[in-house]
Amino acid sequence: MIDRRDLLKGAGLAALAAGFGATKALALDTVTLPFANGERPLVKYPQKRPMIGLTSRPPQLETPFAVFNDGPLTPNNAFFVRYHLSDLPYNLDPDKFTLEVKGKVDKPLKLSLKDIRKMKATEIVAVNQCSGNSRGFFEPRVAGGQLANGAMGCARWRGVPLKAVLEMAGVQSGAKQVTFNGMDGPVSDKTPDFIKALDLDHATDGEVMLAYGMNGEDLPFLNGFPLRLVVPGYYGTYWVKHLNEITVIDSVYDGFWMKSAYRIPDTPNNAIEPGTTPKATIPINRFTIRSFITSVPDGAKLKAGATTLRGIAFDGGKGIKEVQVSTDGGKTWASTKLGKDLGKYAFREWKLPVKLAAGTVELKVRATGNGGEIQPDTPRWNPAGYLRNVVETVRVSVA
Amino acid sequence: MIMQRTVLISVTLALAAVVGSALAAPVNYKTPDEVAAFKPGPNLEVVQGNCTACHSSDYINTQPPMKDKKAFWQAEVTKMIKVYGAPIDDADVGKIVDYLSATY
Repeated sequence: MIDRRDLLKGAGLAALAAGFGATKALALDTVTLPFANGERPLVKYPQKRPMIGLTSRPPQLETPFAVFNDGPLTPNNAFFVRYHLSDLPYNLDPDKFTLEVKGKVDKPLKLSLKDIRKMKATEIVAVNQCSGNSRGFFEPRVAGGQLANGAMGCARWRGVPLKAVLEMAGVQSGAKQVTFNGMDGPVSDKTPDFIKALDLDHATDGEVMLAYGMNGEDLPFLNGFPLRLVVPGYYGTYWVKHLNEITVIDSVYDGFWMKSAYRIPDTPNNAIEPGTTPKATIPINRFTIRSFITSVPDGAKLKAGATTLRGIAFDGGKGIKEVQVSTDGGKTWASTKLGKDLGKYAFREWKLPVKLAAGTVELKVRATGNGGEIQPDTPRWNPAGYLRNVVETVRVSVA
Repeated sequence: MIMQRTVLISVTLALAAVVGSALAAPVNYKTPDEVAAFKPGPNLEVVQGNCTACHSSDYINTQPPMKDKKAFWQAEVTKMIKVYGAPIDDADVGKIVDYLSATY
């Protein structure tokens, strides 16, 4: 308890000392993620506490997993970072920032941040998770960012409904999709710019949000300052950062990042035989249901007797119905007590008092959603390393 | 638990105050110095010249150990050229694949 407080305080002070324009990485440690070639540096970026460094250009940072035991909202300074292209708007001026809304609309718009902040604000608590979260656990392994389970986080997002902005612009009849482009872009003009699309129905569902606030603060720079798309229940690839261009189109967008990348097999569970190639694919969409034990790391040594296990669960937007835990490797399961409901898109905390006998114990956790979706006992596989949601196992030795 | 969150909130507020004062001006966000480096190996200079224009070397270093290294890295280099438009000379492709297969 005291240790964690001191750690937090230390990280906060270090961040303050480093300030906003730090150029030197603090001398930090390395961590080893639990798969082959999993050694990573712990790195310190402005506005962030020490994070697991995946790549430095563009910056990609994974949240140390212990953070998820601190509560259902992931602190801004611990929230994961994922970019595709290296030309980031490091010098953007929030006073000059404009969001352009164009295409098949009656009245094209150019909105400043002030214009957007003057509109009626809404808030939603929602998980953002990288499509490639947990890719490092795929077997056989696949190319791409080799992440453990820390490319996810849950925050209270504040902003305006995309629907309200599109209504101001007046969507024309015949419109089919809306595309989203941010200020980050490629180094070479031959590299496809990162542009994503949503169907018009989805874009105007009232939940998809243009967010400027995160957990009561401005968005951190690396999480999309000053404005990002929030697509509750959907993988992070749609949550375009530094969002400054919205285009309404009357076709299905066929740019690289929709047509070729971020595709999943078009099979009933979006999985295929490991090592094979899918016959047909569709764009990745909603999260699969997941749950984690956060209070005990894999390999921990615990005292025999009574203890309380804690963790989190989430799904693609139906909400969590039940979380069960097994302390005997999956033979028997007990229902846990769910924590406060922060909304159907949020992390749902759970806890369960258990009694552990001496020996090697396999703890397992399994969530069921309100729609009946349940985590599988065996991992699904696809060539891009998406959608992992196998029942998680934590091995502990009890004495 | 309550104490923990209180500390977290006060630290967050302090950070917000520092960051908040910077918002009237351009962001000027500075990332830490890039420290990751390519491992020594054959044709290293060709690799540095071609790959680092768009990304840091840790993109390569963190890839999983594959059974067929040559096929894996050939596919990655082909993807960089065909999909991301990397302007790599035909003569360099084999050298890059050799370095990657031998070194990672």
